[in-house]
Amino acid sequence: MSDKKDTTTGGQSGAGLLPKLKSEVEQKGYLSRETLDGVAGQAGLPLNSVYGVASFYTYLPVSVVGKNVIKVCNCLPCEMKQASAVVEGIRREIGIGPGQTTPDGKFTLELVGCIGACDQAPAMLINDRLYGNLTAEGIAGILKSY
Amino acid sequence: MAEKRIVLSNCGVVDPQDIESYLKGGGFRAFEKARRMKPKVIVDEIKSSGLTGRGGAGFPCGMKWELAMKAKGRQKYLICNADEGEVGAFKDRYILSHDPFGLIEGMCIAGLAIGARQAYIYLRGEYHSLNSLLGSAIEQARSKGYLKDTDIKVFEGAGAYVCGEESALMNSIEGQRGESRYKPPYPPTRGLWNMPTIINNVETLMNIPHIIDKGAGWFSAMGTGRSKGTKVFSVSGDVGRPGVYEMEMGSPLKELVIDLAGAGDIKALQVGGATGNIIPGYMIDTPLSHEKLLGSGAVVVFNSTRDIIDVVYNDMRFLNEESCGKCTPCREGTEVMLEIFGRLQQGEGRESDISTLEELARVMADASLCGLGQAAAVPVLDALKYFYSEFTDRIDQSHYLRSYIGGELAISKEGIR
Repeated sequence: MSDKKDTTTGGQSGAGLLPKLKSEVEQKGYLSRETLDGVAGQAGLPLNSVYGVASFYTYLPVSVVGKNVIKVCNCLPCEMKQASAVVEGIRREIGIGPGQTTPDGKFTLELVGCIGACDQAPAMLINDRLYGNLTAEGIAGILKSY
Repeated sequence: MAEKRIVLSNCGVVDPQDIESYLKGGGFRAFEKARRMKPKVIVDEIKSSGLTGRGGAGFPCGMKWELAMKAKGRQKYLICNADEGEVGAFKDRYILSHDPFGLIEGMCIAGLAIGARQAYIYLRGEYHSLNSLLGSAIEQARSKGYLKDTDIKVFEGAGAYVCGEESALMNSIEGQRGESRYKPPYPPTRGLWNMPTIINNVETLMNIPHIIDKGAGWFSAMGTGRSKGTKVFSVSGDVGRPGVYEMEMGSPLKELVIDLAGAGDIKALQVGGATGNIIPGYMIDTPLSHEKLLGSGAVVVFNSTRDIIDVVYNDMRFLNEESCGKCTPCREGTEVMLEIFGRLQQGEGRESDISTLEELARVMADASLCGLGQAAAVPVLDALKYFYSEFTDRIDQSHYLRSYIGGELAISKEGIR
């Protein structure tokens, strides 16, 4: 890829930025100021533009999250099948609500947009693993396996 | 009418982990045929088949290819849009997990047609678990020599619905915020890295090998005037058998949701995701086609216990969250609409809410930068059109609640108690 830099798109200076940020998240859990500084330095980009990219995407957290991130879908098909009961079940089990992290740093709970598992609603992702046809009672068993 | 499986014909039949099982069923035969055709002949074949984009917009595929084929550029790119993010849509997840080779073959043919050396599959971050399956399928195709003309890479998104919009998607690959671009220029002339680029949905590309193999005439014999071939649907909500179904274009909605998906009590349906049309149950005979009703093929069914205000509130919460924020009509419009629906839900509706929604809807449709904002008000206007009384009921109820909360004195003067 040798196309010259173009001002309307930022040229190719940002190529590989998203994969790089994703791999940092995979290794470190989230993107700290130091991590972002490092990435910006390597890519030859200003910190603000790297932060701007990171903060745009749901799956590139820029603040501390738990070791395991639970993403419960709250879009229509899941909400119609009692996604809120799943959230309640999680609260009963590990004592956190949406946007919170357990004190031991093991879990963070988030509500997210459609995860494309509406045929198995209500559904959630824990890290990258999909769990469908959830019940409030079944939650305990799933969380214990982490 | 039963299902008609063409796009899904290999799903559940071939082993998605083994290219040999795909080859045994005639896989890459269409690609070998395409290799002996001139690019223009391939493009003409797709043009005359009448194939349209399956991601929701329904743009004629061959016309897009022709623009990219003729466009000048040092490089040309092909992108498969696998950023399926529409609420209620999961057909591409199903296709990718059951028939990755069919997609690769479609991409190889598209690459030949437009002259793209490099292709990407933009896979939504939520489908990370499919990345290794796709990677292995690409590697197998590469080792068989099918990727000599057009190489394929998987590029994973990071959780942004708007990146399904093609210009936002390209920005995302370029390492930028996934915001929509001003158009023109359009991608076939200036797309990724400012080079001619074709972006096709997974399902669109899945059709290509079948068209090349069996001919444009075979394909265009199916469907309606502007909607040829079949369509793959994702059905969920209040149905007995949620799942992925493929039907000939023009089939009635009734056959999909009742006969195939097992719906019983149907108050309303939303077709095409969070920005899709909401129609009442009595319109169940509507044919599924670009002319009438289609979108990306996501169908959510609501039974009589569901409240339309709640439905639209949920749609709007999603759209507001996912608006990229670049243009004002979408960023602010979804915000105000969300606030209004929130108030209606909580018994704080006002008479002026309905006219505000109507006015905002017009501005957003006319002035938003991309499809997200342009279509965000579609469910709102449909809800007002078909379920007007649910709005007025909520507002009347709000009056009552306010007068009650407002104090005993006012109420006793009115003689309510």
